[in-house]
Amino acid sequence: MSVNVAGALPSSSGDNLEFLEAGGEIAARSPLQLFWRRFRQDRVALASLGFIVLLVIIALAAPLFVKLFGLPGPNVLNPNLTDEFGAPLGPSGGHPFGVDPLGQDVMSRVIYGTRVSLEVGIVGTAISTSIGVTLGVLAGFYRGWVDTIFSRIADVVLSIPLLLLGLGIGAACAVRGCASGLIQPGLGVIIFLIALANWTYVYRIVRGLVLSLREREFVEASRALGASDARIMFREILPNLVAPIIVYSSLLIPQNILFEAALSFLGVGVRPPTASWGQMIAAATPIFNTAWWYMTFPGVALLLTVLAFNLLGDGLQDALNPRYAR
Amino acid sequence: MGRYIVRRILWGVLLLIVVAALMFVFFRILPTGDPAKLRAGRTASAKLLSEIRHDLGLDKPLLTQFWEFMKELFLHFKLGYSYYSSAPVTELIKNRLPATISLVAGGALIWLLSGVTVGIISAIRRRTVLDRASMGTALVLVSAPEYWLGLIALYFFAADIGKVHVFPGAGTYVGLSSDPGKWFTSLILPWLVVAASNAAIYARLMRGSLIDVMGEDYIRTARAKGLRERRVIVRHGVRSAINPIVTIFGLDIGVLLGSAILVETVFNIPGIGRLNYDAITHADFPIVQGTVLAAALFIVCANIVVDIAYAYLDPRVRYS
Repeated sequence: MSVNVAGALPSSSGDNLEFLEAGGEIAARSPLQLFWRRFRQDRVALASLGFIVLLVIIALAAPLFVKLFGLPGPNVLNPNLTDEFGAPLGPSGGHPFGVDPLGQDVMSRVIYGTRVSLEVGIVGTAISTSIGVTLGVLAGFYRGWVDTIFSRIADVVLSIPLLLLGLGIGAACAVRGCASGLIQPGLGVIIFLIALANWTYVYRIVRGLVLSLREREFVEASRALGASDARIMFREILPNLVAPIIVYSSLLIPQNILFEAALSFLGVGVRPPTASWGQMIAAATPIFNTAWWYMTFPGVALLLTVLAFNLLGDGLQDALNPRYAR
Repeated sequence: MGRYIVRRILWGVLLLIVVAALMFVFFRILPTGDPAKLRAGRTASAKLLSEIRHDLGLDKPLLTQFWEFMKELFLHFKLGYSYYSSAPVTELIKNRLPATISLVAGGALIWLLSGVTVGIISAIRRRTVLDRASMGTALVLVSAPEYWLGLIALYFFAADIGKVHVFPGAGTYVGLSSDPGKWFTSLILPWLVVAASNAAIYARLMRGSLIDVMGEDYIRTARAKGLRERRVIVRHGVRSAINPIVTIFGLDIGVLLGSAILVETVFNIPGIGRLNYDAITHADFPIVQGTVLAAALFIVCANIVVDIAYAYLDPRVRYS
């Protein structure tokens, strides 16, 4: 659709000028284009996005990066790298981040730890967002008893202290898994917990938005055209929710990464020999005052990753909701 | 109003019943391990095992076990006995409560004061270097895992092993009643660590909320009346911008009372979180279950208090 407005626009505003295109015809920009125009002005968010892309590449090609830096693999034990008292050696040319008490290279493990953090962050968020969106749309659209049931379940979930429950379930399922093997110890438990816990945030937001959207004319129009409930919910209403869903799920990712690290720190998350940043910090705790490198590098990796996702989330929010941009 | 409060409390009790039932499922039905074996040790005979099962009531049908668990909990406020030490779980939690409350109360005071102050200054000096610097710092603090911050704090400032010997390190906590001076100094580092990430969140919230409020029409009216800017900000702006902060503050305290486990672990403070952590290493599920329920109780109570306070403060809230 294009509208001829040549001459009708005052040329004082630079922003409006950009809308004018050849022949005085302006093409309407898609929401995606508008979003991208705003997003790319935000240098901090762009830098975070760049950093996250780099992290994804590191996670996917971890063995390559380890080779590139000439490091031993993440699980290579080398007793020669600890001194006569068993204390690990600090950073050196061959081991830029030092080694841990088992003689494993810390940098190599930090690189491999990227995999766990991103997997939990992205898969966990994807699952909890899908649950939250589906239930939120259903509750907001049908209201009544559907809404009551889902909202009460959300209330129950919100009153459970998740870290403690996570620890308990992690410990209960640590030996042989839970529910006759349905929930396996390790990453599976963590992702299950995240899915269980975090759908409520998305659910509440989506439900509220659907409650108001369902009263709008376009919903009435498609109903008059004979559209089915499913079509109205997922083809008419849902596309209007893309922006808030993206913003909130991007802010869930860093929370989930921290959750995995905390569980692994407390000893019930990802288990060695798999490298996880939280579990490395836990292993570093007894010797943190002598082997500073062992707690520092996984912690910095975790901090930078979470920070990048937080900054990206802020940037997405500003670009998708320009009214709230500060 | 009275009816609203009663309804709110009844709903809270119902929530706790559901959570308790869930805990029963999670910690009695789901685990594949056998608690009797844990208690008896590795070389237990079959006879001993069956005796222990009988003592713990594990030989009864699950439904009977469930009924007895709920009856004990809601009629006698008893949470059963530790598999490991046989001590009553309610007593254990009661003994650990003061340490957790000390940690949370002090930390909460610090984060509320610092977060709100920084938020107000940032909102007034919006887009200045000061604003950018404090919001940047806030975001870094939000992103840092608190246990890691705790280790860093100990590395630099602990009196025993730190680079600069300033504050008492991990494991120095004493009760308030036994030595108030030591109690205070031993908690300084944990308080700061607990406060750091929350202060950052509050600063960001306060800033956003105040910026929104300062754009309202009545602020312009106040300025047009000729009030001094300071009065406009404090009496008209902050007064209403702080409402959401108060709400979240109540909820956060409820959550933190149960979830201070990370900081308690790093600083070796004998609180509820630490109790849970130690119980997990022994697979002592009655304690795990008890601490989770205690934490859920704090969350539900905090929610009720906040809801009622909000209904008082904001007449627009409908009691339905």
